[in-house]
Amino acid sequence: MTFKGIPGLVEIKEAYGETTLLVDPARLVEAALHLRDELGFNFLSDIAATDYLGWGGKGVSGYMGTATGRDLNRPSTSGLQKLPDLKPRRFSVSYHLLALRDDPERVRLQVWVDEDEPLPSVVSVWPTADWHEREAYDLMGIRIEGHPNLTRILMDDDWEGHPLRKDYPIGGEPVRFSGEE
Amino acid sequence: MAIAPERPRIYGGTRIPAPIPTVLQVPRHLRDSDDILTVNFGPNHPSTHGVLRLAVDLDGERVVGLHAVIGYLHTGFEKSMEQKSWWKAITYPARIDYVSFQYNELVFVLAIEKLLEIEVPPRATWMRMLLCELNRIHSHLVWLGTAALELGAISMFWYCFRERERILDLFELVGGTRMHTRYFQAGGLAEEIPPGFFDECATFVELMPKAIDDYEGVVDRSPIWLERTQGVGLLSRDDAIALGQSGPVLRASGVQWDVRRAEPYLAYDRVDFRIPVYSGGDVYDRYRVRMDEMRESVRIIDQALRRMPGGPWIAGDRKVVLPPREELHTSMESLIHHFKIVTEGYRVPEGEVYVAVESARGEMGCYVVSDGGPRAWRVKFRAPSFVALEATATCVSNSLVADMIAILGSLDTVMGDCDR
Repeated sequence: MTFKGIPGLVEIKEAYGETTLLVDPARLVEAALHLRDELGFNFLSDIAATDYLGWGGKGVSGYMGTATGRDLNRPSTSGLQKLPDLKPRRFSVSYHLLALRDDPERVRLQVWVDEDEPLPSVVSVWPTADWHEREAYDLMGIRIEGHPNLTRILMDDDWEGHPLRKDYPIGGEPVRFSGEE
Repeated sequence: MAIAPERPRIYGGTRIPAPIPTVLQVPRHLRDSDDILTVNFGPNHPSTHGVLRLAVDLDGERVVGLHAVIGYLHTGFEKSMEQKSWWKAITYPARIDYVSFQYNELVFVLAIEKLLEIEVPPRATWMRMLLCELNRIHSHLVWLGTAALELGAISMFWYCFRERERILDLFELVGGTRMHTRYFQAGGLAEEIPPGFFDECATFVELMPKAIDDYEGVVDRSPIWLERTQGVGLLSRDDAIALGQSGPVLRASGVQWDVRRAEPYLAYDRVDFRIPVYSGGDVYDRYRVRMDEMRESVRIIDQALRRMPGGPWIAGDRKVVLPPREELHTSMESLIHHFKIVTEGYRVPEGEVYVAVESARGEMGCYVVSDGGPRAWRVKFRAPSFVALEATATCVSNSLVADMIAILGSLDTVMGDCDR
């Protein structure tokens, strides 16, 4: 299968037997339509957003309590063997696609966005993207544009912050009735 | 003799609501009507299988508007897993979908193994497959018991939970706990398969097909059951694919798709089994698919029992796998390895992978990103229940409020899986 003609294609990466197609976020919908209609990727399995804040540094994900709190995982034991490859932007959003047919194929469509950078919605291409995109917005704060109903889905409507971001502390929630408020 | 009304043919075109695919909006001519009654089903309602809230607009008995509200069981598993070393994080996924826990454990372990590029011994592979199929039966039994209960077949619940109990006993035998066994780990199994397990399991294989006959005897010729399930909750083939449905829901809509067959993992390419597909797209066909799947699972378990390979049950790579307990007293090196893995954890090479398995509920996917350190950078689960609930609005459109319960049950959602 050739992925050459995909609109906005930046790079094709192969790793662990999986194909990743990096596309320009501005042309995401065109690329998605091409993949669905020309190449038969009619099934969207999942949308996974990842925050790469602090990628390659130490300790960002290792804190318990607040960001200045106790470090249970000593830096000397949790460091990396080598620094990982740097990432182009803060967030990646991966669309795991499947061509549901007799000779099935999977591909990962990936875009990179910075904080507050808009990302077009693919609900018009795959209706199942509805909740996945709401989750990406709710937990990661990805700014999806053109979504018909972009509200929080897993957290409360009045929740502040996006819990799966790396700068959102574990245990950062104020404890009620602790005598400190 | 016709004991049920003729089933309506599956619809053409699409019934996915627009513009929001997951929200059924009240038709314009009814919007300002005084006859519309908005009712909250849940979050604490026995038929929601957990804490799901459905805000339903009713015109008499007819459902004319619906939107599902989820998140009541959101516990941040994915965030928590980023804080734990790889081997400790294995305990988390099982608790996400607490009814088909082995699959979640499996999919995460397979993702780690894919990044580690570690070879798993055949005995572990076959045992994983056996336990997963036992779990599929367990999950379908919980579904059948509760879904039938909601439609009034109370006795079914006791029959299903009788056999479920036997499966949990088998899990307890093998992993020490009834649920959330954490029996899989990167490289193989946590322990050697205990003596007596195969005999117990063979007894189960002998009794289970008979039990399935009994279940079918209870409901399959009951006019009430057929009336409540046939032609209800229709979902066409195209809509099912567009809504990302998987597992029994997809196969009941006439799509021949099963990850076990299409992209074989474990030893599924070496066992003989059938993929049940029905084309009615209604509640009844989803029930049929699950009943047939239980029979097929019994067949797979039977084959796994007969062909269970010997040899090691875990890989030999001491940088990843804990050394055998008895070596700790005699070998300094084993002690060091043990200490390093327990305190620091093993490192997993940098990269990102997506692994999918066919869980009892459909495609259970796991996307894992590693930065090369001892902890996962990001873990994201593709939860089949989350996706199945997206189809509620389409399936429920224009049905009666009583049917809504049947439809919701037939999608077989587990809210822990949905909310993570």
